Amino acid sequence: MACRECLQVLIGVEKVNSGLRIINLRLNVAATGNDIVDEVNLTIEKGRVLGLVGESGSGKTTVGLAVLSHARRGVEIAHGEIYCAGTEVLGLDADAKRRIRGELVSYVPQDPASSLNPALRIGVQLMEVLEVHDFGGSSEARKARIKEMMAEVLLPTDDQYLERYPHQLSGGQQQRVGLAMAFACRPSVIVLDEPTTGLDVSTQEHVLKTIRQLTRDHGVAALYITHDLAVVADLADDVAVMYAGRVVEQGEVAEIFGNPAHPYTRHLVAAAPDIAGKKQIVGLSGRAPSPGKRPTGCSFAPRCELAADECREAFPPNVRISDAHSAACIKIGKRGETATQTSPTIQSVSQGDVIIEVRNVSAGYSGTTVVHDVSLTLRKGECLALVGESGSGKTTVSRAIGGLHREWTGSILLNGVPLRSAARQRSVEDRLGIQYVFQNPYGSLNPRRTVGDSIARPLLIAGISKSASRSQVLDVLDKVNLPNSYANKFPDQLSGGERQRVAIARALVSNPQVLVCDEVTSALDVLVQAAIVDLLGNLRKDLGLSMLFVTHNLPLVRSIADHVAVMSEGRIVEVGPSESVIGDPQQQYTRNLITATPSIERSLL
Amino acid sequence: MKTSILKFIVKRILLGVMTLFIVSLLIFAVTQALPSDPAEAILGREATPEALAALRAEYGLDKPLVSQYTHWLGGVITGDLGTSYATMTPVSEYISPRVSASFFLLLIAALGSIPLSIVIGANAALRRDGKFDTSSSLISLILAAMPEFVVGTILTVIFSTTIWQVLPAVTYLEVGAPPWSDIKGLALPVLTLLIAVTPYVSRVMRAAMVEVLESDYVEMARLKGMNERTVLWRHAMPNAVGPAFQVIALNLAYLAGGVIIVERLYNFPGIGSALADAVRSRDLPVIQYLALIIAGVYVITNLLADIGTVLVTPRLRTRLS
Repeated sequence: MACRECLQVLIGVEKVNSGLRIINLRLNVAATGNDIVDEVNLTIEKGRVLGLVGESGSGKTTVGLAVLSHARRGVEIAHGEIYCAGTEVLGLDADAKRRIRGELVSYVPQDPASSLNPALRIGVQLMEVLEVHDFGGSSEARKARIKEMMAEVLLPTDDQYLERYPHQLSGGQQQRVGLAMAFACRPSVIVLDEPTTGLDVSTQEHVLKTIRQLTRDHGVAALYITHDLAVVADLADDVAVMYAGRVVEQGEVAEIFGNPAHPYTRHLVAAAPDIAGKKQIVGLSGRAPSPGKRPTGCSFAPRCELAADECREAFPPNVRISDAHSAACIKIGKRGETATQTSPTIQSVSQGDVIIEVRNVSAGYSGTTVVHDVSLTLRKGECLALVGESGSGKTTVSRAIGGLHREWTGSILLNGVPLRSAARQRSVEDRLGIQYVFQNPYGSLNPRRTVGDSIARPLLIAGISKSASRSQVLDVLDKVNLPNSYANKFPDQLSGGERQRVAIARALVSNPQVLVCDEVTSALDVLVQAAIVDLLGNLRKDLGLSMLFVTHNLPLVRSIADHVAVMSEGRIVEVGPSESVIGDPQQQYTRNLITATPSIERSLL
Repeated sequence: MKTSILKFIVKRILLGVMTLFIVSLLIFAVTQALPSDPAEAILGREATPEALAALRAEYGLDKPLVSQYTHWLGGVITGDLGTSYATMTPVSEYISPRVSASFFLLLIAALGSIPLSIVIGANAALRRDGKFDTSSSLISLILAAMPEFVVGTILTVIFSTTIWQVLPAVTYLEVGAPPWSDIKGLALPVLTLLIAVTPYVSRVMRAAMVEVLESDYVEMARLKGMNERTVLWRHAMPNAVGPAFQVIALNLAYLAGGVIIVERLYNFPGIGSALADAVRSRDLPVIQYLALIIAGVYVITNLLADIGTVLVTPRLRTRLS
């Protein structure tokens, strides 16, 4: 209970009676009794936002749902206390739990598209939460409240709009409806579970602004769950970092980002790309242990460069660093070599031969043109980032280059020779020369083939025998830093980062000149992302590869690309060296995009 | 939006008519155009060539196939279905009471099985892996594995012969009398059909409900504080019945064919018995007409299911306008 006492010292008990307080919370896998999260202690005062950060699987959402006294299927609340505005919620009976949900404490889900009921009009979904909690006493009062909420989240208030179904709204509008629903009954506590993941930066900016406004104006204690450190820096007052089900560090935003104490937090911060500064992002190998496989001592010890024997004996106690900062680490203050892997410095703008030239390409789907007159050049050894929001046409361009999209006009030249539109019309050399790496490594590898067979596939097409391909497979596995033994594994035995390495290896095996990377890191956690970016940078340097890096992640561009082309509504808005485009954008669109992108550095100024 | 749904329905009906037209070609091809001689079948092997020729001339069997077909199709469209070879009465007169009797049987079975399977499926999904779920899925698996005649025989043994003698083993229904005039006699055929359909539909309903109950919007509804009844009926059910409609339609259509065995079993005077009799006596006009009716049931139930799915799915409904 040391943590409980230390928290009570940190923040006076009386202050939190109106906010959220989590004491010694533990949730188990119901079937095995293994802990999913344990010893979680958090306090959020009213009107403040606490950012709960961590990688996928760290237990953030489990904690968030527990605040609503809810555990998903297969999960059970083992013990702990959670006070929402003074009311302990875990001990309530089923009926009382139902009454507090949506009224005392509400939830904003990650994916608004799947969290709004597709069969119900949004007006109905807003109204029912007011009705079930008997808000306002009359149907007129409730209707007025809906209009008030719609106005607060900057959505139209007319009846016709409320008649719409969720699929008739954009992603940003859906999330605003989610916010309106969450704030409708004037809750004291609100849990926001990655509410802006999947939204474009400009939409995200508006949603974040709305969240900030609503929490301040209504004195709500907000638990904001995210893996995006920049968003936390931008929005939150306090931060708690979770690793393998435990809170390893917590404190005020400036403290955590300015003076991270726990080695894991330092790695997280080091791995996060930032739009405001040219930064070498640093990854970390290994992965967090899952429930049931966690060591007795500090869960991070296996990956920690500071780990000593005592770290492995018992879970480290919470150590107070300052009034508003504590970390569960016995090595605080001792700095290790955080940079276990160093990013290559980005070469100065290369002047090699032109490998790919895109000339006046327009492309579309069944008659509708979505890409207008795009021209690009990619030189030998260069990394060109193609950035833009969803629907900007960036993926269509990259698919046209890769021969995966056929409906285009104009010309695409590989080494000065025009390419046919579809991959199957192209010569084997052309096909092998341009390799495509997909966004989702879970979908791009055949689950019935071993890693080795998947990698050898392009070689078979090129007419190389299976036995002869073996050594090449092992060679590329080595290039992507995977052990030889991985050749015999199946994709489901691999983590997301490892799968993406396999996908890259498969692209490398045919010795391509060009690698088209389509959002290759967006499905990955930040530490894994940094490691993949690091790998791609090394490959480029060692093999002289040219790379087209398609992404919506503007901060990442600085860390990987030497040139960037910004796309919007199917057109190239601005193109140039990444440093100058991001550091000194010439176009209003690019400027807006950059200002809308949250940044740790900018927030701390 | 209303007019666009109407347009969609009209389009689907026209497609259904097209399907029936193609089916009519196939039916004609496998019955009348096949090289077997209906005249010989009717008169027997010892018939004189003169008698056969006379009979062929009488039924138009000596005309070219195309004109036989157009004559037949014209008759179907105008309602003149010709004369039954076996009973020598107009086909429509012979068939009509049997069709209505069978439809009544089907209707009762459908009205019983649809709500029953929805309730069973929804409850099993709601208490997933619980006692009701495991027992209902075991029972439905066993029932689904048994052919109708086995189910029918077992029901007969239980309710009318060996164990209890509470229900008649056969239906004493006069041809032409309203089907509800022998309610007791209807019980076993209806029960058999119910058992034939309910296991499939309830399992599909369970699967659809399980998926919907695991969805984000159902979790969200619970986190909004909605009570379980609202969660189930307002949030989950409308999203689960859409997929279930298709399976219900396929099963009802299957019943239209499966009814043959059940009707034989209980001696129920419906299309099943009529079809069996007609096949035995090579009564071409009756066979053709009944085959067309069964195909029509398929087309109509699928049409209704498609329309139903569109109506309960806003995403599909709004796409039309």
